[in-house]
Amino acid sequence: MRPFTYERAASAQAAAQAAIAHPGAKFIAGGTNLLDLMKLQIETPTHLIDVNHLGLDRIEKTGDGGLRIGAHVRNTDLAADKTVRRDYAVLSRALVSGASGQLRNKATTAGNLLQRTRCPYFYDTSKPCNKRKPGTGCAAIGGFSRNLAILGVSEACIATHPSDMAVAMRLLDATIETVNPQGITRAIPIAQFHRLPGDTPHIETVLQPGELITGVVLPKPLGGRHVYRKVRDRASYAFANVSVAAVIGDGFQRLAFGGLAHKPWRVEAAESLSGANAIADAVLAGARPTPLNQFKTTLTRRTLAAVLREAQA
Amino acid sequence: MSDPNEVTRRTVLAGSAAAAGIAATPAIAKETHRKASARMTPQMPVSLTVNGKAETLTLDPRVTLLDALREHLHLTGSKKGCDHGQCGACTVIVNGRRINSCLTLAVMHEGDDVTTIEGLGSPEKLHPMQAAFVKHDGFQCGYCTPGQICSSVAMLGEIQAGIPSHVTDDLMRVGFSDAEVRERMSGNICRCAAYPNIVAAIREVHEA
Repeated sequence: MRPFTYERAASAQAAAQAAIAHPGAKFIAGGTNLLDLMKLQIETPTHLIDVNHLGLDRIEKTGDGGLRIGAHVRNTDLAADKTVRRDYAVLSRALVSGASGQLRNKATTAGNLLQRTRCPYFYDTSKPCNKRKPGTGCAAIGGFSRNLAILGVSEACIATHPSDMAVAMRLLDATIETVNPQGITRAIPIAQFHRLPGDTPHIETVLQPGELITGVVLPKPLGGRHVYRKVRDRASYAFANVSVAAVIGDGFQRLAFGGLAHKPWRVEAAESLSGANAIADAVLAGARPTPLNQFKTTLTRRTLAAVLREAQA
Repeated sequence: MSDPNEVTRRTVLAGSAAAAGIAATPAIAKETHRKASARMTPQMPVSLTVNGKAETLTLDPRVTLLDALREHLHLTGSKKGCDHGQCGACTVIVNGRRINSCLTLAVMHEGDDVTTIEGLGSPEKLHPMQAAFVKHDGFQCGYCTPGQICSSVAMLGEIQAGIPSHVTDDLMRVGFSDAEVRERMSGNICRCAAYPNIVAAIREVHEA
């Protein structure tokens, strides 16, 4: 790791101000992704702002029947929360399908949304990567792209967003709450939170410099059957090749997909269609797979069919 | 403390590393560089409880909890396998929860209560999970074992607390099964593949 200085923030706004005051600063909460990347010198912050002690670790009901999840609620606690298990089961299922018990005990809600891609070329500092070092090129295109994106890709980047949790939150229309250094708060619909790579794949979200996530709000429960199915190269502790999140109720269905793009993928227009093939055609429209990840189109269709069958059983 | 004349695996390794340093000047240069960069980083105090004992350390903020335990407190039971949170050999219990001690900074643990394998049991008085691992041959080389044992002790607590897993059928009803153990222990890799015996050891402790 490169040398850095460390401070413990006393409030969310103070943390945001500290981030502006120290160019090259990063927030640290669970640290499970950031420290991994710092050891590899892929992330080289000069200053760390510990945001673990801001009281953002609670889950509470909102006035309109929804749920506010503090930014630093651990993945384990969110998955185990009784209201989440009962009313937002797809979120609980998505969380426990990711990482390991040890990592979920540390990893936070906000950190999970902000985790970096697991593209092998992002991790390999001997290779060009537009995300790690803008303008250097993309070694993944034409490289070992088996588990990389097929949707929303650009000439600059075909990385995927690795989160399972974010896929369920996209399905549930979550809103991300933030505070900036001036103390101004805003609420960002998750659909607008993550960016596609375009020609700036190093800019992954719409967060502004110093802006800190304080929580995630879920609208009131949808009811219906909740399913999260993740297909991966081993049965546990692996990132998705493809994942499908579904809530299917009386006269409605919602579907979101992981492992396919630089962000959780959801095509609302496809949700009014019926039958896995018609839905998959609409979801996969515009897909640009490589020869090595072409299999993801078939895998998406089959996983979707299995999920619809399970939800309707 | 132990007999200073006793040769342990650690002292042999330390001795051979020093010998290699004398033979190869680039290693000395690297060491000097490391010390220089360490001087540029202000050291920070941190106070925490480790295995019931209050400890205060002054550390470079880059020091992970694992390195603080091993290199500063000389509790070498917790192992460094991958150093990236993938293998679980570094698993310790912090405030009752199992975590990868390699993926957290020591300075972030002010006031925390840390339990390592040394705090669970001793050769004279094994923790029931240690005894079960011995009885069921839950290891071969033993390198992953401290992490496996810390993880399994905390993991049984997670089942007890009703925390669901990927293989839990009904999210509202969490219980023990071999499938639950295998899923929940997937963050602890055993290169010798002692997995069936590890599951048997954990089952015995659960049933006791």
